[in-house]
Amino acid sequence: MKARPEAVVPAAAGALLLAASLFPIYWMVASSLTPESRLFESRPLLPTAVTFEHYRALFDERDFLVPIRNSLLVSGLTTIVAVPVAALCAYALARLRMRGKGLLLAFVLAVSMFPQISIVPPLYLILRELRLLNTYPGLVLPYLTFSMPLAIWLLTGFFRQLPRDLEEAAMLDGATRMRTLRDVVLPLAAPGVASTAILTFLYCWNEFLFALSFTLGPDRYTVPVAIMLFRGRYQVPWGEVLAATVLATIPVALLVLACQRRIVAGLTVGATKG
Amino acid sequence: MAAITLAGLSKTYPNGHVAVRPLDLRIEDGEFLVLVGPSGCGKSTLLRLIAGLETPTGGRIVIGDVDVTAHPPQRRDLAMVFQSYALYPHMSVRDNLAYGLRVRRTDAATIAQQVGSVAEALDIEDLLDRRPAQLSGGQRQRVALGRAIVRKAKAFLLDEPLSNLDPSLRAQARAELRRLHRLLGTTVVYVTHDQEEAMTLSGRIAVMRDGALEQVAPPLEIYAAPANTFVARFIGAPAMNLLPTAVAGIEAPAGAVAGIRPQDVRVGPEGARRATVDLVEPRGPDYVLHLNLDGSNTPLLAVVSGPAPPAIGAGVFVTLPPDRLHIFDQRDGRRLGAH
Amino acid sequence: MNHRAVPIERGETRLAWLLVAPAVAVILLVSLVPIAVTAWEALHAHDLRLPWLGRPFIGAGNFMEAASDPRFGAALVHTVAFALISVPLELMLGLALAVMMHSAVRGRAFIRVSALLPWAIPTVVAALLWRFMFEAQTGILAASFQTFGLVGPAFDWFVHPLAAWVPIIAADVWKTTPFVAILLLAGLQTIDPALGEAARIDGASPAREFLTITLPLLAPALVVAAAFRMLDALRLFDLAYVITGGGPGTATEPLSLYAFIALMQRLRFGYGSALSVIVFLLTFAFALVWVRALGRSLSGARS
Repeated sequence: MKARPEAVVPAAAGALLLAASLFPIYWMVASSLTPESRLFESRPLLPTAVTFEHYRALFDERDFLVPIRNSLLVSGLTTIVAVPVAALCAYALARLRMRGKGLLLAFVLAVSMFPQISIVPPLYLILRELRLLNTYPGLVLPYLTFSMPLAIWLLTGFFRQLPRDLEEAAMLDGATRMRTLRDVVLPLAAPGVASTAILTFLYCWNEFLFALSFTLGPDRYTVPVAIMLFRGRYQVPWGEVLAATVLATIPVALLVLACQRRIVAGLTVGATKG
Repeated sequence: MAAITLAGLSKTYPNGHVAVRPLDLRIEDGEFLVLVGPSGCGKSTLLRLIAGLETPTGGRIVIGDVDVTAHPPQRRDLAMVFQSYALYPHMSVRDNLAYGLRVRRTDAATIAQQVGSVAEALDIEDLLDRRPAQLSGGQRQRVALGRAIVRKAKAFLLDEPLSNLDPSLRAQARAELRRLHRLLGTTVVYVTHDQEEAMTLSGRIAVMRDGALEQVAPPLEIYAAPANTFVARFIGAPAMNLLPTAVAGIEAPAGAVAGIRPQDVRVGPEGARRATVDLVEPRGPDYVLHLNLDGSNTPLLAVVSGPAPPAIGAGVFVTLPPDRLHIFDQRDGRRLGAH
Repeated sequence: MNHRAVPIERGETRLAWLLVAPAVAVILLVSLVPIAVTAWEALHAHDLRLPWLGRPFIGAGNFMEAASDPRFGAALVHTVAFALISVPLELMLGLALAVMMHSAVRGRAFIRVSALLPWAIPTVVAALLWRFMFEAQTGILAASFQTFGLVGPAFDWFVHPLAAWVPIIAADVWKTTPFVAILLLAGLQTIDPALGEAARIDGASPAREFLTITLPLLAPALVVAAAFRMLDALRLFDLAYVITGGGPGTATEPLSLYAFIALMQRLRFGYGSALSVIVFLLTFAFALVWVRALGRSLSGARS
């Protein structure tokens, strides 16, 4: 398709939008490599002096590996718990005959609409009773409040997209529903399951409010909380904060680069249904 | 191998749509029965009811001497070939063929032997290690057939298995199916909307309309003695002409209508009455003439062969042999007899 | 169903409930129970700093206090105004981006990655980034505004009650426009290209084609995107907390942040719970209205 004149205007606007999307990220990286003293001077767009002092400080003085480990563990554990449980539920919702299916889906959707702040206080009290504050399970449990509905929603959409007659063929071949799920549905839905896992992991990695409320000390802070709570004595240590944000972004960026097709498939699984 | 008996079987969907009216049908052991009818007549639903993929609203299904109405598809020991073939895309052809046997815990040696012999019979041996995506349409169709055959099920259900094939391959595939059926002798229930396929393949045809069986009989009987005007016009192309009995020139009870197939209309230089040619459709081996009977302004289709058809606007002579006339009741289309 | 369930169906239903049970149990435990507790707490006076006062039942007392609480009123206005400004912005920019992504022939992967990065970044990171760019007079955006003469030389974005909203809105729009774009792109891809071609053969200009064919067919996707974004915008917390902390004073404090402060900083669990319930009701009411409008617009679009 040759470039039509009427395609140039949206193309130019789109290019502008993309530049606007990417520039802040570039600026973040460039600034993280700029010496602290020069951070707030007027600077050219391309950094002239490059330094790694902020990154060094992150690991030597602030032990930034700890929040990274915490985020990895909590996000990973939540994903590992949420996705299989959600998959079973999603298969039932997508394929099996049961009364009240619509009600159940509406219920799942409604739960995901709760403002997070609404459930912080009781969760806080419950976790305190169970002595789970400032622990890994103490974050995984609250994270299930949004990751379960999300995973159920996504997986139901993916399962529905699979052609029915493959499962019917398996049933006529003698396979039970569960066997069909294992032998036919899951292998074919593997990309969808991957999308769901990636999106669940991303949402957990980025979560802030629960992590802020249910962790008490630096040994259990996740990455967003740790960055937020950097406090110099008199001013915000922007250099280190920016370096930390870059580090927090790298895993996300890698995930996006590697799995952008899967991510888009997950985001749009509901959109193409009738 | 088993006979299939449907007793009072019906299916109404929760939204009120009646897909299958209560019907009785017995498919004999080893018979090749074709379910044919226009879209929406319920033939696919009926097939799925037999398979267990839909649950009936009423009636019973008996396979062999076992009442399977309450059985899920897994326990009915039926094999089905879907219109889309439904081959497992993530498994090799060999695994596709073997799946049903593996699920039933057949031992590996028996599986290998049966898969091998079926592959040989269908000439797909060199495809065994490929994936369905790497096969052509015709090859996929044979694998789908193989998957059904390998299980030695009590009956085969085929849902428009040839409609996704190129027309040029269809005749060949039809011959293959007939050969296989003669070889295996299994009970087959075959759904199609193509009446020509129905005529050439079947032992018996079951014509369906709006969820009910209109006629169940061997092809020649359906062709020569259709039970009503619907069957008469559905089977046979071009469709049978229906004329007022007066125009057909016969004595008949009041409220009757006469039918004659275009192939039975005699057109020539002499005959009982005159007609004008409105349109000539060449079909290759023959021609379809759209005629208009002089005097009664009645349209009539006739099929003629021969080197040169009459020209448009020409006058011809037409004879309607009385022994080729069918008589139907005008109101409900019921067959009243041949003349 | 108008008939007794056949044994096949009953077996399937039993299996279905078995498969659904673990997920439902988890959701009941971690979501429904806390929500119920919050609703319960909202009806009591419960101040963790004054444990000797116990937890007396005060019915709608907390809600009445909220009604006459000027800080609550301000937070409500902030929240709704924020939603009404940022969501249309995101829809328009998202639409532009989606149209461009749709007509792009090459570099699709690059476009997708560039669009996804801002969305995938933790909100806290985005917030800190945008704060940095508006910081002091020399954050790059603050400086740019000065250079172009839009603001005075000593202008501090975070001291001015209205200007402080700009980084927040900018960060939200920056972060979620890609998400909207991807949703709308999926919608665009389901539109039959033959319709546009027919319009062009009939002589319609590209603008006319867009307005009379593309946009109406995209309406369902637009409504879905708008609904999701509104729901999130009404629950604004992370960006406000990190960029301004609700300041200057309480000028940029949305409802969720006020609830958070009441709960976690002032430890007034009763009042804070009531505030959270109000946020939930607001979101829920909006969702109801929207679903009805969505239903009507979809049946209208189909006809």
